[in-house]
Amino acid sequence: MHPAPSVILFTSLSGLGFGLLAWLGIGLPLVFGWSAFWYFFVGFGLAVGGLLASTFHLGNPQRALKAFRQWRSSWLSREGILAVISLLVMAIYAIGLIFLNSNWQIIGILGAVGSLATIFTTSMIYAQMKTVPRWNTGFTPVLFLLYSIAGGAIVAGNSLIASALLVILLVVQMVSWNLGGKSFSNAGHTIETATGLGFLGKVRQLESPHSGSNYLLKEMVFVVGRKHATKLRAISIVLFGVLPLALLMLAPFWMFSVPLATISHIIGLFASRWLFFAEAEHVVGLYYDKR
Amino acid sequence: MTSLPKSTDRRLGLLIDLDTCVGCHACVISCKEWNTSNYGAPLSDMDAYGEQPVGTFLNRVHTYEIKEPEAPAQIVHFPKSCLHCQDAPCVTVCPTGASYKRSEDGIVLVNEADCIGCGLCAWACPYGAREMDAEAGVMKKCTLCVDRIYNENIPEEDREPACVRTCPAGARHFGDFDDPNSNVSLMSAARGGIELMKEQGTKPTNRYLPPRPKSDIESQSQIDMPIPFLEPVSGAKGFIGWLDKALEKI
Repeated sequence: MHPAPSVILFTSLSGLGFGLLAWLGIGLPLVFGWSAFWYFFVGFGLAVGGLLASTFHLGNPQRALKAFRQWRSSWLSREGILAVISLLVMAIYAIGLIFLNSNWQIIGILGAVGSLATIFTTSMIYAQMKTVPRWNTGFTPVLFLLYSIAGGAIVAGNSLIASALLVILLVVQMVSWNLGGKSFSNAGHTIETATGLGFLGKVRQLESPHSGSNYLLKEMVFVVGRKHATKLRAISIVLFGVLPLALLMLAPFWMFSVPLATISHIIGLFASRWLFFAEAEHVVGLYYDKR
Repeated sequence: MTSLPKSTDRRLGLLIDLDTCVGCHACVISCKEWNTSNYGAPLSDMDAYGEQPVGTFLNRVHTYEIKEPEAPAQIVHFPKSCLHCQDAPCVTVCPTGASYKRSEDGIVLVNEADCIGCGLCAWACPYGAREMDAEAGVMKKCTLCVDRIYNENIPEEDREPACVRTCPAGARHFGDFDDPNSNVSLMSAARGGIELMKEQGTKPTNRYLPPRPKSDIESQSQIDMPIPFLEPVSGAKGFIGWLDKALEKI
């Protein structure tokens, strides 16, 4: 799948933002006044910035409001609605903390649950795709949620929790990368099942239907991105996991630990999301004898 | 509403005969011609006369080679367009309700006024039946020529999809798969119509008739049609024979 920058920014940043908001919602850390203002500023900035980025790849963004209508059937619609509700609930909670010095705990917890539910719906946009076997697994929501709460914990300064979550995230991410390689063949899709001609013998493409490229090949048969997959995995692991972990564990009281860990984590997260798209193979490639 | 209808009154679709298709791409051109000038946004081309032309098409013809280890290769031309699935995953993922399946005839359509161009429906389709138009930013797909098949302003013989109407080989057929006595149902039953990528569970309406088995000169005794009917050039009889021999001797 084509790793569009807008979608990588959207899933990474809004995930991080909602993760931070979730921690703030349950009072970790419990902050008031100006301090609270800055925490929520970062949380809202990341979440809203990410959501705005997601509209950049739309063909007709001026009609984006129509996307709130089909929550009964569409995960994308559910995500939009939950994102707005969660942001509104968190805004009420933030007003209490910043301006009224009061901690409306129930609202905070509701906002936190909403934030996590938003991340879950984002992940389901991808996990629901039967056409992309690598995404169509329970790993997708688990990883999206882990990235979100681990990253959120780093930014929130919950160093111990963040370290524990990063360890879990590292393990789950590596297991998922390992299993992901077999997901396509395990799903049983081949050029023979795609064409239904397997009973005649081995099928291969003789002539492409068009001499140039097209939307399908550009969007869904993104072969180039996988060339450096192994290197990118290593870079990603070091940046999103190992380096932040080292900073938080070895220099917990150094004033630059949290900012450096955050920056490193975000860059590693971008690399990981790039791979999430670039390594994902869509079954339509079979018709072109490509994956 | 992007939920799928529980059932449809009819199941209109295409039956494509892979034995007959000659791969001329006339259906591709005819489809583009009709659909760029009628329903919805035109099917745009980018860099049409340049180095790397790309364009939106609703129907494309692949060509495959099929081979058994010890047998000659077989070539199959393979037209592919929307299969108007009963369980269309492209419909349920749509966040705006632009993508829908009609309950009266099962045709899957896009309401372009509601399409935000997110591309999710194209991701959900295993067949590559949907292409985002680069100019209009909306999703384009086969409409089964919904603006021809019910169109009383055109002659009756034209009231079928443009690709079917134009096919010079008669490889494309249009009809109602819900009616067991329709042309498409009968042909599909007689020759074992294929469902593409069945394991995706989309329940496609369109069917493909498999190529008929080819005769094989390698394994089916030596058949060489002209040889037994050819008289040897030499060894002529009668006057010509005498002349031949006499002239040889000189």
